[in-house]
Formats: sequence, C-alpha cells, structure tokens
Amino acid sequence: MSWAHEVPGGAAWSTPVRAGRLVTLTALGDDANVSVLLFGADRLDRLNVPDTMKAQMSARIRPPMVLMSDRGLALASVVSSTSDWHDCLTGFGHDAHLERFGPSSYAADRNDWRRSARSGLISELTKHGLGEADLHGPVNFFSKVAIADDASASLAWQAGHTTAGDQVVLRTEQDVLLVLSTAPHPLSGAAYGPAGVQVEVGSAPWPAEDDASWLFRDESARALEMCRRVVA
Amino acid sequence: MTSTLEATVIDTVVQPGDGALVEVPAGGRLRIVDLHGNQAVDTLLYDAHDIAHRYSAFDTVREQGAVFLTTGSRLLSNRLDELAVITDDTCGRHDTLGGACAQESNVVRYGEHTRHQHACRETFLRYGAPAGIGQRELGHNINFFMNVPVTPAGDLTFEDGLSAPGKHVELTATRDVLVLISNCPQLNNPCNGWNPTAVQLLGWWD
Repeated sequence: MSWAHEVPGGAAWSTPVRAGRLVTLTALGDDANVSVLLFGADRLDRLNVPDTMKAQMSARIRPPMVLMSDRGLALASVVSSTSDWHDCLTGFGHDAHLERFGPSSYAADRNDWRRSARSGLISELTKHGLGEADLHGPVNFFSKVAIADDASASLAWQAGHTTAGDQVVLRTEQDVLLVLSTAPHPLSGAAYGPAGVQVEVGSAPWPAEDDASWLFRDESARALEMCRRVVA
Repeated sequence: MTSTLEATVIDTVVQPGDGALVEVPAGGRLRIVDLHGNQAVDTLLYDAHDIAHRYSAFDTVREQGAVFLTTGSRLLSNRLDELAVITDDTCGRHDTLGGACAQESNVVRYGEHTRHQHACRETFLRYGAPAGIGQRELGHNINFFMNVPVTPAGDLTFEDGLSAPGKHVELTATRDVLVLISNCPQLNNPCNGWNPTAVQLLGWWD
C-alpha cells in the first residue's frame, strides 16, 4: 500500500512513518525547499546532522548516506536522488527571514499568509508533545548552499538548484516521526512563492546484500546495524 | 575595554575528560587557553535565565554566512538573539559543524570496542544536570581549537589542529549566559593531537 500527500509551499506538516518504508519527496516547483526534522521511535532520539556528516565525511546530504541520530542509530537512508547535494549546514528559516516580504496575517491573506519554517515546525512538534527544545539542525532537501574555498568557508545559496519533478527517496530504518516545512530556504533571494512538495510513502524492499547504504562506509553500516539490533 | 572594576573571578584548569558549567554575566569575558595545543574544547551556551534559549550552530553559521568561527563571530541562539561574541582569538578559526563525541557515535565511527570510552556527551550531561540541561537541551556545539575543513566539493574531514600551546579564544557575554564545557577525551582521531590535555579557563567581570 502506498499513499501520497501534497504539502503546499510555505506550510508545515508532520507524520509518523513506520520502519521499512520508502518516503519519496518530489519538488512540485522550481527552487523548492523542504526543511526536515527526524525523530526516532522513542521521540527523544533525533537527527544529529554533525554526527551524520562526520561519520560519512560529507558536508552535504546525498545518496547513499545514512541519516543518524544522537544515539548513533540509523533513522533513514538516502536511497536515491536526482541531486547529489541537499543542504544541511544552514538551518531553517525564522520569522525574521520573511520580513523582507512585508507584513502578512491570516486576517489579510487567509491561507496564503506567510509563516516561517520555525513557527510551523514548532506547531507540528507541539502536536506530538514536543516543542522548542526538540528543534535540531535540519536537512534542507532540494536546497544547495555552496561552500567557497576561502579562509572562512563562506556560504552562498544557489538559485536554480532544483526544478519541478526533482526527487529524493528515503528508506526509514526505524519508526520515525517526520516533521517538515516547505517555507523558503532562509538564504533564498527569490521573490516569495515557495514551491510545494509531494510526500509519497510506500513499502521498501528489505535491503539487498549489495545495498548501497550498507556498503557506503563502515560507519554507515554500523549505524544501520545498531539500528537493526534495536528494531529487529 | 577592561573596566577598572573587573576582577579575575575565574582562573581554573579543566583536565582532559572533565568539564565545567560557568555562569558569565552580561559583559563578562571568558577566555579558554589551549595550554598544550591541539585540544578540542566542546562548548555550548545557554541563556542563564532560560535554558530553552540556547546556542544554535546552524543559525550562527547561516547568519554570518561562513562556516568557521573567529574574532567577531556572533554566537546566536535558536531565537536569533546574540548570546556572546568572540572578542579575541589567537588560534584563527574554530569548528561549529563537527558536534560532540558520544559513546554511541564512537561506536559508529570507530567500532564497538569504543562503546565504553569516555566521551563529551557524558560530560555535557553530567555538568549540565544541575542547571536542568538534559538530552533534549543538547544542541550542536562549538569545538574551540578544532580543525574540521570543509571543501567546495562538499567534503568534510577532521584534521590535526591549527592550535598550539598557549593559544586562546575569548568570549564576551552579550547577556547572562551559562557556558557548558567538555574538555574532549577523544582518543580515536587527531582532534586532540591523539593525546587529550588540560585547558585553562580565565574569567573577568565586575
């Protein structure tokens, strides 16, 4: 069984996803951004971007990396993607990043009102008994923030990195809570008009002997193995 | 910059594998001295009056538009408020992407035989507990004196430090802050020059 949900641009959403599912995120417009938080089965353990990066020697998220938790467990594997660069260095947007578009409210704009990723993520977290303390460094799928070869490693958001139809596919390695926002990337210089993202959830085949994430690095395999010990 | 009322109120050595929780009032200066060189000092900051209001690595990185921390870097909170500023730095640059070591991440990185080696997360939890800082309150930390190069190709590595004996970094608190420190015990990579050593904390305020 599979199902899909279209999240409009500028919205936030959360859903539990059972272990062993494929989660396909599809950009519904150019320069889409989806800021994703992930929690493990107990809703306390959560995505740890620094640990994910240093274990796999990468400052970006790409296939076949494993997204790892505070507790050293695999949360999800990046099975495939039309892009080899998803930003994980620059956080999600705050209300301050929307100020350049002028005031917005439900009263004035109805459901087109502009809300930040942070406010949307906190709203979703609250529905699950979580809150501000549970915010953590997200993956900004479909966004690229390039790293310069200079003394401070300067950062610059890249326009045109994603076009409609681009995809990333994740395989959940344990029961997770997926929390996401489709608000604009905080470094985006574009006019307001964030693209939506489709989230499709279906069953994943049991990883084959030659599964790319298991074979990627010893560190990736150990995070998957430690997760399997807990889940199996 | 130095007020005549300022006195040295902290002068202490933190041994490798140990930690500290220091309350620095607004305007106070806290200096961390890498006594023997190449010693990673894992550091978190909290609003002293509200621990939910805490240092945010990725907000700090994004708002300064650059990965590395050095003199002038504003250490921002998860609400985009300034907690402290780096006002002196003789090392040159510091990491805020690499996070802390933990027993669990050591297993991932180095294998199961490292499961019971001491790690920064243990120290953070031990020294944070009296202030109510627990697992949920541990965000992604600063690693003073640690060298984690990133490249335009999107690669990230841990390398031998840029620091040397006697190098220091100094923070000036913008508001009353709690500074939670773990003097890193990691033995499995070059972040401590393969030999964790002591650091000194010096604090000055009215």
